[in-house]
Amino acid sequence: MSLWKVFTRGIIEENPYFVLALSLCPGLAVTTSVVNGLTMGLTVWFVITSNNVVVSIIRKTINKKVRVPVYITCIATIVTCVQLFLMAYAPDLYKALGVYLDLVVVFAIILARAESIASKNGVVVSFLDGMGMGMGFTIAMFVISVVRELFGNGTLFGVSMFGASYQPALIMALPPGAFMLIGFMMAGLKMWNKSREMKKMKGSEA
Amino acid sequence: MSPVAEGQTKGKDAKDMQEYKFTVSSSPHVRCNETIPKIMWNVVAALVPAAAFGVFYFGMNALVNIIVAVVSAVIFEYLWEKMMHKKVTIQDGSAVITGLLLAMCCPPTLPWWMSIIGSFLAIVVCKQSMGGLGYNLFNPAHVGRAGLMVSWPVAMTTWTSLNGTVDAVASATPLNVLKHGGHDALLAMFGNDPMTMYQQMFIGFRNGSMGETSTVLLVLGGLYLIYKGYVNWQVPVTMIATVGILMWIVGGIPLGTGLFSGDPLFHMMAGGLIIGAFFMATDMVTAPITLKGQIIFALGCGLITVLIRLVGGYPEGVCYSILLMNALTPLIDRLVKPRVFGAVKAKGAK
Repeated sequence: MSLWKVFTRGIIEENPYFVLALSLCPGLAVTTSVVNGLTMGLTVWFVITSNNVVVSIIRKTINKKVRVPVYITCIATIVTCVQLFLMAYAPDLYKALGVYLDLVVVFAIILARAESIASKNGVVVSFLDGMGMGMGFTIAMFVISVVRELFGNGTLFGVSMFGASYQPALIMALPPGAFMLIGFMMAGLKMWNKSREMKKMKGSEA
Repeated sequence: MSPVAEGQTKGKDAKDMQEYKFTVSSSPHVRCNETIPKIMWNVVAALVPAAAFGVFYFGMNALVNIIVAVVSAVIFEYLWEKMMHKKVTIQDGSAVITGLLLAMCCPPTLPWWMSIIGSFLAIVVCKQSMGGLGYNLFNPAHVGRAGLMVSWPVAMTTWTSLNGTVDAVASATPLNVLKHGGHDALLAMFGNDPMTMYQQMFIGFRNGSMGETSTVLLVLGGLYLIYKGYVNWQVPVTMIATVGILMWIVGGIPLGTGLFSGDPLFHMMAGGLIIGAFFMATDMVTAPITLKGQIIFALGCGLITVLIRLVGGYPEGVCYSILLMNALTPLIDRLVKPRVFGAVKAKGAK
């Protein structure tokens, strides 16, 4: 697999959120506004990339029996760094994200990438994989939060979009609306991936 | 492929041969002339009187809402099926029922664009994304209503009564008054005469969702469906009786009058119970398959309705009770699975 492919597969084909369906809880909880969703996405992007690099560097010295605690310790360290950074430079965001920032430690997608890619591959592959996966996750967070803020609150980045007469649909600001949205986006992406595969197969046959 | 049965026809001339052609196919062989469109259009017919009463009592806005909900439901169904390259089934009437029921469970003063969003939730989110008619887990009309209730709680609980005059008066539904003002306030609504109250509630001269007010017309529509055999009479009877009996026993506790002092007659006619029991709890898709299962289903619906009316945050709970029991339908089906004919229990099985 080419390095370019390693990077791009996380964005659409194996999007960690819509295709692998890992770490769904931040999509329901913090994507009520674009700023929160984007911060969460960028945090995960940073954590997943740096964790992949660290794990791939130390992968030969880890005893296989204790690898999961070691990965979790790495992730927790990186998340704590991000937390301290946000606390210092963006205290409002830190407050808005609340407990979900701590929960990044146990996000399945980060551990899954450490286990399936970083523990078996070199630094370059692991880094690119983390970049791709993080980018896919950030895009997912961004898209969900744009739709939810637009319809659930009538704003984008806090700026009113439809004017004062707009009556926001509260369901989009609540988890059920996010569930519906995520479900439909998953289905849509699956359809798109499928049709692309079909085209590819037809192309190779011809 | 239809093989021709020969043998018996040997020795006869060619003309007779023509008459002895048999089609060989697998069962079922006996068909009745009931089809999905026929059942659906009969249900629509059973709903029309109550809907017409709603238009008569609540005015033009009710009619606009009914038309918008029905048309948008049909359009959403058509668009989705076209988009997914599926067979277009709008002529079977199921989308018409969904739109009609949705409009009938919503306040008559609802802005028309909310009806469109309700239809979208009902048809696209609840029904078509699960695979279309026969595959939806939840009653589409109630999903639409619940979604609207979550999204616009104020618009969904603003009740305007016309009371036969041109001037619209904003006021609460009887259940709302009972919940927040007690029994005396409820009686005061109807001129302090219990008989007037029962009479008005029976005919439908009360506030509420557009199509749920007229007890008598809804019961007549329900009886028509029972007569046609589309509805098991046990289901609505169980649900309404559960609410009545439980309300008689415990309905007085929140009012401070103790056990066995509730008003079963009022609770049986109030809110969306009649329309829910006859038209929603009997939905062929979302209710259990066997009669035993359907009775358990109706019992649960009645129980949850009583719970929400007495201790829940909302004055009315029929919609949520039916949705919650819809979620239990697969489990009920498993519980009451009939024994396979001729099957015996395996040795050692419990």
